Amino acid sequence: MKSGSRWYRFGIQVAAVVLALVFTSIILLIAKAQPLEAYKNILVGSFSSIEAITNVIVVWIPLLLASAGALVTFTAGLWNIGIEGQITLGAISTTLVLRLLQHSDVSPAIIIFLAVLSGFIGGALWAALAGALKTYGGVNEIFGGLGLNFVATAMTIWLIFGPWKRPGIGSMSGTEPFANTLWLPTIPGLRLSWWSLLIGILALVLVYVLLSNTHFGLKLKAVGKNRKAASVFGIPTSNFMMSAFLICGGLAGLAGALQVLAVYHRLIPSISSGYGYLGLMVGMLINYQAIWAAPVAFFFAALNFGSIQLPIVMKLDSSLSGVLQGALVLFVLMMDGVRKRFEKKA
Amino acid sequence: MKVELRSIHKYFGPVHANNNISLTILPGTIQGIVGENGAGKSTLMKILSGFIQADEGEILLDDQVITIHSPSDALKRGIGMLHQDPLDFPPMKVIDNLLIGQEGGLFPNKRKVAADIKKLANQFGFSIDTEAYVEGLTVGERQQLEIIRLLWMGARILILDEPTTGISASQKEKLFETLTRLASEGMIVIFVSHKLEEIETLCHRAAVFRGGLLVGEAIQPYHTDDLVRLMFGKPMELGSRLGCHSEENVVEIHNLEIEDPRLHIRDVDLDVKAGEVIGLAGMEGSGQRLFLRALGGLLATTGRTKLLVKGHDLTHEPYSSYLKTGVAYVPADRMEEGLIPGLTLKEHFILTGDTKKLFIDQEESLHRTKVKISEFNIKGRPDSYVEELSGGNQQRALLALLNEPLSLVLLEHPSRGLDLESTIWLWEKLKERCKTGTAVIFISSDLEQILHYSDRILVFFGGKVSKPMLAAETNVDQLGQLIGGKGFVN
Repeated sequence: MKSGSRWYRFGIQVAAVVLALVFTSIILLIAKAQPLEAYKNILVGSFSSIEAITNVIVVWIPLLLASAGALVTFTAGLWNIGIEGQITLGAISTTLVLRLLQHSDVSPAIIIFLAVLSGFIGGALWAALAGALKTYGGVNEIFGGLGLNFVATAMTIWLIFGPWKRPGIGSMSGTEPFANTLWLPTIPGLRLSWWSLLIGILALVLVYVLLSNTHFGLKLKAVGKNRKAASVFGIPTSNFMMSAFLICGGLAGLAGALQVLAVYHRLIPSISSGYGYLGLMVGMLINYQAIWAAPVAFFFAALNFGSIQLPIVMKLDSSLSGVLQGALVLFVLMMDGVRKRFEKKA
Repeated sequence: MKVELRSIHKYFGPVHANNNISLTILPGTIQGIVGENGAGKSTLMKILSGFIQADEGEILLDDQVITIHSPSDALKRGIGMLHQDPLDFPPMKVIDNLLIGQEGGLFPNKRKVAADIKKLANQFGFSIDTEAYVEGLTVGERQQLEIIRLLWMGARILILDEPTTGISASQKEKLFETLTRLASEGMIVIFVSHKLEEIETLCHRAAVFRGGLLVGEAIQPYHTDDLVRLMFGKPMELGSRLGCHSEENVVEIHNLEIEDPRLHIRDVDLDVKAGEVIGLAGMEGSGQRLFLRALGGLLATTGRTKLLVKGHDLTHEPYSSYLKTGVAYVPADRMEEGLIPGLTLKEHFILTGDTKKLFIDQEESLHRTKVKISEFNIKGRPDSYVEELSGGNQQRALLALLNEPLSLVLLEHPSRGLDLESTIWLWEKLKERCKTGTAVIFISSDLEQILHYSDRILVFFGGKVSKPMLAAETNVDQLGQLIGGKGFVN
């Protein structure tokens, strides 16, 4: 019975994926495009060459960090929708350190290290703001996080066009790029940095271990599942919720730091690129189980990068990947609801 | 209008909430409905007012069999129910509350409605300002508004569920006056209460419920003893209690004071000896739960309260200090406060074990869980989710999760949902604790259980607390009287 129901669950998941594909295909047909051709182009765009695959990994890394962070807050029963802003603040903090030290005598390695650390702290503090609003101010973390996202975006724009503007005139293309010495080293000829990849994977592994094998993780889970009972068990629930925000924000901040140090080498207006929201979607899709975060985030990254082909080849908008990702999450959640209804009846 | 209920049955899962209830109420009657919490009073009233449907049985209105599909359906037939907590829309004006649920055109005639309501209210000496916001009204005023609304919508049968909770004495007097007048005009008033005094002063007849059954009816003049006996069952022979007689004080309570929007408990002094069992009796919401939670550190006390456990002053200490001093709290709502749905039994045992280390010792905790499962006879596996366990097994799990040693165990309704056998088993486990010097304080609505297992008993009524009574020298009748509010000084 147990294994039977596992296959049953798996079947339901497959059905959800099929439905999401069907749904997206209908959208494509309405847009007068060939669905199969579009999917093929996405695949080709993502996997046709080593270069393409490494570019998918470049997208995968921030998504991995955002997903890992989202898992921590999800476990505590929190909807940290502010990850997007936390990535942005990470990027801003990193840029700040780089700008302060770029003309100093400090060795580049140390500057980069401090910049990464600063990104972590910046994201964590921004999350702490949402966390404090939630824990001590009674502001729902969704509202708080959303509001702070807007503030973060506004702050980026202000910095780029104000204090940090390029010599002469500010531009949407961002701040003045940093010198090569302050870039995280990438694989020659490619955009991928081993350092970034290492940080991304390490973060997920740490979160996995934290959530599945430590007392901290179990207590966090208890807080998320039943805050009242958790406090009767003697768990200081506010502290745990704040810790979840700090960890999540820190990881998001790392993502922002890596975007600055390894990808754009400057602060750009849309530095968070929606990875915060995508990370939340990954979390929902994998039903908050850390072990699935890596493959699902990779799949999302492939969709994101592959769909860049669409405007070039098919004159379609690249936001199609978003349609497919959103549809996937919705159908998986819906099919889960359907399954529960059936199980209740049976 | 005459109401007749014939052989009404209602089941909630395994619970037989209404068991073959038959009751006839003639026009012009104020019918009292009395019984303990969970006796089936509210269920029957909900059936009559259309909130739920009976599984079996008939409802007759003036000798016609009718089916009531919904509350609005009931109201169309003239049956209106006034709930314990008024079902209105606080942030809206009185007039808009009245217009909600009204059938009628796109543009309601507000002026006419307001005039009608004013006229009706004047008849009963209520003053209702239709332009006031409902959230600004007192509970009593909201109640008056609701009565007027129901009358205005054509109710001829008025059901009131515990209507005197939270209203002032003068409002209560006014309410009783109104109800008496409505009855004299030929309406039926059904008055649900657990307060015997109110039933005795107001109601022409009283029907007593116990355990889903209508166990008896009484008419004016009432004999309180008879009502008590009907409500709580026949006095049982008292069994053996453990009778721990230590001289060591585990708990010392001085001038305990608790404030709550509804209740104000004050000046409670109590010493609890090692191994002593203290039972807290009273209708739900009389203050016993606040008292228990305050002792457990889950509720702040006020005033000059002083609370010592094993000599440690815990008065304004955080909950964690209570845990450290060996105070344990076992809530009644197992899935809300006691256990964590979504976590397995093993995970619960990990949480109550030593959690100082970073990593979880999976093997040790599995072993510990297995030992506890067999020791407490829990029907479940270490990886069973707690929500999959039956109520009795959840209670066993809660007990198994208590640390050792403990100074004080506080239990809310420890036997709720348990059959007799499990209850006996539970008390065996608690007695073992007592032998090692742990004091037990528990709430129960089961008077027999309180008399059976307590050394001393406190009765709560509307925030007042009786002097501790020796259980061995008390009987069900005495307790019942106190619970109904009789015999409390001041």
